[in-house]
Amino acid sequence: MLSAFLASAVEMVEALTIVLAMGVTRGWRPALTGTGAALLALAAIVSALGPALTVVPIHTLRLVVGALLLVFGLQWLRKAILRASGWRALRDENAVFARESEEARAAAHTEHAGLDWYAFTISFKGVLLEGLEVAFIVLTFGSTQGSIPLAAAGAAAAAVLVVFAGVVVRGPLSRVPENTLAFAVGVMLTTFGIFWGAEGAGVDWPGGDASLPGVLVFVVVCAFGFVTALRRRRLAFA
Amino acid sequence: MRRFAAFWWDFVVGDDWRVAVGIVAAFGLTALLAATSVPAWWLMPLAVATILWVSLRRAAR
Repeated sequence: MLSAFLASAVEMVEALTIVLAMGVTRGWRPALTGTGAALLALAAIVSALGPALTVVPIHTLRLVVGALLLVFGLQWLRKAILRASGWRALRDENAVFARESEEARAAAHTEHAGLDWYAFTISFKGVLLEGLEVAFIVLTFGSTQGSIPLAAAGAAAAAVLVVFAGVVVRGPLSRVPENTLAFAVGVMLTTFGIFWGAEGAGVDWPGGDASLPGVLVFVVVCAFGFVTALRRRRLAFA
Repeated sequence: MRRFAAFWWDFVVGDDWRVAVGIVAAFGLTALLAATSVPAWWLMPLAVATILWVSLRRAAR
């Protein structure tokens, strides 16, 4: 549930920036309609795929889920390590908001079904694409731990929290430590990906589930070690 | 169709396709080792750390 919550928080902060830019520059009705349509599509994806996953044998499920979590987890972790070590710029929500707003102002105004189509499609795409990874995390964690609704509740709680914070702040959430959250999500997805994937491949972990914290510590130590090594490398290049 | 395929490639594989290939290879090796009497639990953590470090080194140039 924590992984789904944190992943959803990061993605929703990014989606909120896009929706805010559309709402402020082009109007709230198409922006919120696009957001609602994307959330419905995400809910439909989770509802449709969730029951299908429960019929897959547990070993196959763990191997596939483990591989997916590792692929996603290493993407998150790689990006977070590069940002933490200074090799990639930190994401600036204010800059993204300014760019999206500028593009929205310059875009032509065309109406479909009484809605500003540009604001609707950009909001829809923003929320759907940012939310798709969360939907996969909800499905993979939920199906392996036997509770998709619990993982979905974690993701929904983060979405509500981010929207509430956005309403209070009335602007992009530039103070959210996105890279720290992304680092934590990357570590968790990688840990569970290694653990479940290896089990699915036929591995017997020493001590069974008790070895999961050991894998977590290993991933954390490696991640911090890589950040330190890359910082040194950057200084050497400077 | 091309954009649809590009989206899924980017979504699943991401910035470095070598990571995805490395993970698949590591799972294959783990499954082979697990089928023998040799303990295989150490292979995935080691492989993941190696894959991540190699990918980071390529990006940090």
